[in-house]
Amino acid sequence: MLKDNMQVFKKYKSLLNDLVTRDFKVKYRRSALGFLWSILNPLLMMIVITSVFQTLFRFEIENFPVYYLSGSLIYNFFSEATSSALTSVVNASALIKKVYIPKYIFPLEKVLFSCINMLFSFTSVIIIIIILKAKVYWTIILIPIPMIYITAFCVGIGLILATFQVFFRDVGHLYSVLLTAWFYLTPIIYPVDILPANILGLVKLNPVYYFVDYARQLILYGTLPDLHINLICLAFSSSFLLLGLIIFKHRQDSFILYI
Amino acid sequence: MENAIEVNNVTMRFNLSKEKVDTLKEYFIRIARGRLKVDEFLALQNITFSLEKGTVLGIVGLNGSGKSTLLKIISRILKPTKGTVKTFGTISPLIELGAGFDADLTARENIFLNGAVLGHSHAVMKIHFDEIIAFSELSEFVDVPIKNFSSGMIARLGFSIATITKPDILILDEILAVGDFLFQKKCEERIKSMIDGGTTVLIVSHSIEQIERLCDNVMWLEKGQIKLLGNTRAVCNAYRKLETQTEEMN
Repeated sequence: MLKDNMQVFKKYKSLLNDLVTRDFKVKYRRSALGFLWSILNPLLMMIVITSVFQTLFRFEIENFPVYYLSGSLIYNFFSEATSSALTSVVNASALIKKVYIPKYIFPLEKVLFSCINMLFSFTSVIIIIIILKAKVYWTIILIPIPMIYITAFCVGIGLILATFQVFFRDVGHLYSVLLTAWFYLTPIIYPVDILPANILGLVKLNPVYYFVDYARQLILYGTLPDLHINLICLAFSSSFLLLGLIIFKHRQDSFILYI
Repeated sequence: MENAIEVNNVTMRFNLSKEKVDTLKEYFIRIARGRLKVDEFLALQNITFSLEKGTVLGIVGLNGSGKSTLLKIISRILKPTKGTVKTFGTISPLIELGAGFDADLTARENIFLNGAVLGHSHAVMKIHFDEIIAFSELSEFVDVPIKNFSSGMIARLGFSIATITKPDILILDEILAVGDFLFQKKCEERIKSMIDGGTTVLIVSHSIEQIERLCDNVMWLEKGQIKLLGNTRAVCNAYRKLETQTEEMN
């Protein structure tokens, strides 16, 4: 059965490519700076956030700009990937109703598109490190590892959300509220140690916290993430990916009746 | 002779969403009130037939008899409530023209996108690109966004793309109704050459003359069930009788 699935995937690889290209063209069509915005936007956001938080809240964080950027890089990808995957099946209704397409391609494509944007934004991290003359650790070349972990995680979440959105159109609204809470439950703009014990417990259950921490270790602290965090990240990403596939495959035959 | 399509006891049931339950709030309210029943509509009942390779089957029937639903099930767009469908070979469905066309992209870009939607790689579409443009007579408009096309132009482009790579099974759902007589003639010629090449064709049409020109056998669907299935002349004559009977009644 896996072989069949692989054959189907190969047949539609071209479509995946085309959908990503199309999203790319639509996003940057007629914009003066084009894809440079993927690099510029995180930098501008970082300037704003850094100014606010270094004047208002005096956190004891060394090198706050890089601390913030490495966390927001991961979180923004997660947020954008899952939010766009959520509406991907409903938005593709015209296609799904007219021709046979393996439907998982739609959430998958949105996650991959956000992944590409994440890679562009990653260059903004490099730029800032160079500008601030911060230390560049060799561990930074391992950054694809947490990226793969969180991409798999986002595909799983995206598949689940896309499924629910077909049947319940208010899931999208609920999810954006959830994302706001999720942002504050991930130590992106604040250090972990200022959290009270009960909130800390909640944060330790947050998968995104581990992915963010992994990336920050590589970029900011230059430490090699230990087996413990690798196992946690692997467990979260593979279990959610599996859960997403199961839920999606179970329900996908009914999609066409509700879109 | 081998079969290209085997349909076995297919039934299709739809929920008529007379009252929309499409939000979580609505759903939980209805569960609480115990009112989660839905009205059902039987679009197809116990449809069984096979289609031999290289033959042409026409499907006729009044509107709402289940023709499009049957085609969608055979194209695997819909999954039947009961029963199975087996198909042998590649399928090119023309359920609606321009499936996957993106209005903002040009004809050139849409050829590749539409090809990809049908499962063809870029390389394959590149090989056939000039042929597609030539058949659809759109050489002046290759780099114009599709949103500026007329419906006839879109029909020509869609048909051209769908028939360019010789599929084993071609499914046509009333799309030949669009387009002027020149286009219709071109389409029929291409369909004929595909039939000569061994393609199996399934075609829905309201034009009995077209059915008689193209088909070996005809299936007459009425209210989701097979009323008649046999050779073209027999079924078409019977169907025509219905037409004259209705006229006499009025």
